[in-house]
Amino acid sequence: MIYDPAPLAIFIFLGFVFGTVGLSFYLGRKAKSSEGYFAAHGQIPWAVNGVAFAGDYLSAASFLGICGMIAAYGYDGFLYSIGFLAGWIVALFVIAEPMKRLGKFTFADALDAKFNSRGIKGAAGISTLVVSIFYLIPQMVGAGSLIQPLLGLPHWVGVVTVGVVVIMIVVTAGMVSTTWVQFLKGSLLVIFSTVLVVMLLQKGLTTDTSSFETIGPLSEQDLKQSTIAGRKVIPPTGGWLSTEGKTQEFIRFVPEDGRAGYDVFHIDDIPGSDEKLLRQAQSVTGSGASKLIDGAPNGRESGERELQPIGHLSKLPGGKTSTGPLGPISFFTTIGDSEVILWGSTTITNPEGPKTTIYYQKPTSGERVLRPGEHPKFAGIRGESFGDKLNFLSLMLALFCGTASLPHILIRYYTVKDGSAARKSTIVGIATIGFFYVLTLYLGLGAMTSGALDLTDTNMSAPLLANSIRPWLFAVISAIAFTTVLGTVSGLILASSGAVAHDLLIGVMGIKLSGETQVKVAKLAAIIVGGIAIILGVLFKELNVGYLVGWAFSVAASANLPALVMLLFWKKTTKEGIIASVLVGMISSLGWILLSRDTFKSVYGLDPDNAIAPFSQPGIITIPLAFITLIVVSLYYRSRDMGAQEASA
Amino acid sequence: MNTSESPSPQRRFNTRLGLFLFLVYLALYSGFVLINAFAADKMEIIVLVGLNLAIVYGFGLIAFALVLALIYGMLCQKDPAEDIATEEAAAAPGDSK
Repeated sequence: MIYDPAPLAIFIFLGFVFGTVGLSFYLGRKAKSSEGYFAAHGQIPWAVNGVAFAGDYLSAASFLGICGMIAAYGYDGFLYSIGFLAGWIVALFVIAEPMKRLGKFTFADALDAKFNSRGIKGAAGISTLVVSIFYLIPQMVGAGSLIQPLLGLPHWVGVVTVGVVVIMIVVTAGMVSTTWVQFLKGSLLVIFSTVLVVMLLQKGLTTDTSSFETIGPLSEQDLKQSTIAGRKVIPPTGGWLSTEGKTQEFIRFVPEDGRAGYDVFHIDDIPGSDEKLLRQAQSVTGSGASKLIDGAPNGRESGERELQPIGHLSKLPGGKTSTGPLGPISFFTTIGDSEVILWGSTTITNPEGPKTTIYYQKPTSGERVLRPGEHPKFAGIRGESFGDKLNFLSLMLALFCGTASLPHILIRYYTVKDGSAARKSTIVGIATIGFFYVLTLYLGLGAMTSGALDLTDTNMSAPLLANSIRPWLFAVISAIAFTTVLGTVSGLILASSGAVAHDLLIGVMGIKLSGETQVKVAKLAAIIVGGIAIILGVLFKELNVGYLVGWAFSVAASANLPALVMLLFWKKTTKEGIIASVLVGMISSLGWILLSRDTFKSVYGLDPDNAIAPFSQPGIITIPLAFITLIVVSLYYRSRDMGAQEASA
Repeated sequence: MNTSESPSPQRRFNTRLGLFLFLVYLALYSGFVLINAFAADKMEIIVLVGLNLAIVYGFGLIAFALVLALIYGMLCQKDPAEDIATEEAAAAPGDSK
């Protein structure tokens, strides 16, 4: 899609960004000490910290990724909402108080409270770095997606802008300003998402049968003619031909009005009939500046074509064309009784030149979009393959265990004064985040039927839904989403820089640094981590940010949670056990992801059938593996030490 | 940092309460995940005011998390060791160069 940057949007957006950075400068000017920089002196009020939890947690994945996934496939994206929220139960009931009691600045502090071991500091510091960088990728990808429609700039500009602004925030600020920025952002995100949902329900649902053409019904014989419904067929060649074992799926026509390129249609079966319908599709050939849309250069000038926005209902219950205002329950029941147009895609190879991806309409009953299993990555739960079911269980386990293992969430427990405040702020966090996740289902389904979606970028669904309702709302929502990314990235970079300065340099290498020098080193580390995040954000731009976050959760849950839980609840835990558990959990989950089908397909561009890992989500194997490693290694070292004690006695 | 001290009765109570509530939620969450994985068709059944099990169970899990969190917040007892630690911290704010 080609986006028109609107002056109002740019004005509101820049106002938000400058406001955020200004606030950071203002609040950060006193954060010279390490306590102030890393932990805000433990003086943040619990209610503020609770909303700041929401600010930290409701990242690009929640707002952009989940809404995008729901908009494209229905209920499946909401599974992430449920898993993400459930993870807070682990954080509140198991982790919150001990974290506050045991640590000071970083996650490694808590893990190392009992042993004072360089090995633990090193392993936990590295794991913090790895998880934070993994979690940074989707944030940066989301930032790039946002900048495109808002300012009309390329994806990479968005990624670089976020990187630079965040580095400025972290370098000039620290935990006090990050917390207040998160508080502000968390509040605004929930408030304006609520406004958006209320306006969406007020607007109700409408059908759209005119944006895309439908031709038919046609017989098999009609489809073999050189002219169909008065339109001249382009004889199929190359990948457009029907191949052995596969019937022809698409027909191309010469455009009627002398436009460039071609009009492409998908040949659709009519249930219970031998006849077919032709539904208009859209095609993209190649990428970058040489990209072709329906065979013509991408653009709005004469001789060019652009992708049309998608997302509509083809039928409403009772043959209506519009519902008028709906309530929070009738919104779902109406969609359930309607027919929604989802979009599928397929790729054909051209003998010469780049591949063509064809996006085609898939009329889908509303009941189906309100149930799990429509997304290709979740479709396995309706199949027979046990591996697919295991993949699903693995993802849901990682989401459940991952929240309480995310370093940038864990360090927020150090910004309040005691365990009781940590508890209360988690409860406020759960209320805020839970409410927002309820909204995601409305936002996603609203976007699905808004007629405003970008076919090639699901991450933009929620802001584009806002645009279909009011342009100013689009500007505000996009600006909040952008500051959402800024805030989460700041938190992650802060956690990473703390790990480098506090855990690795002081804890492991034993370098003595004064509070002020520690802060300077951390700021330098922030610049480096920010740079890495920028590069990764550009490389991974094709992937849905929600899906990427699933991976970050898997690594966090495998590396951090087993060690933290066993330290709290198993007295025989040894330092060797903790080190082994963190390293095994981190390396095994990371290795699994790098060898999985999804990475082969989306990152390396290789045949996914050659992937080594049997399914994509590692958690169900690697989380228990980290637990077992800790138990076995701890028992071994305990028996060895006891044997040595007996021998010396 | 007082890992070596024996925990106060209040802290022990809080820990047990947390674990109990955690297990309650874990059972509900596991139920949801297992139905999805092994009986996904059940999620289509209309169970309440025209809504299917997927939406009712999903929203229920979110609402129930908040209910359990509030119960935990109300029942948790103040750990006396915390008061001492907070007072000590207030008396010596540490590195504030």
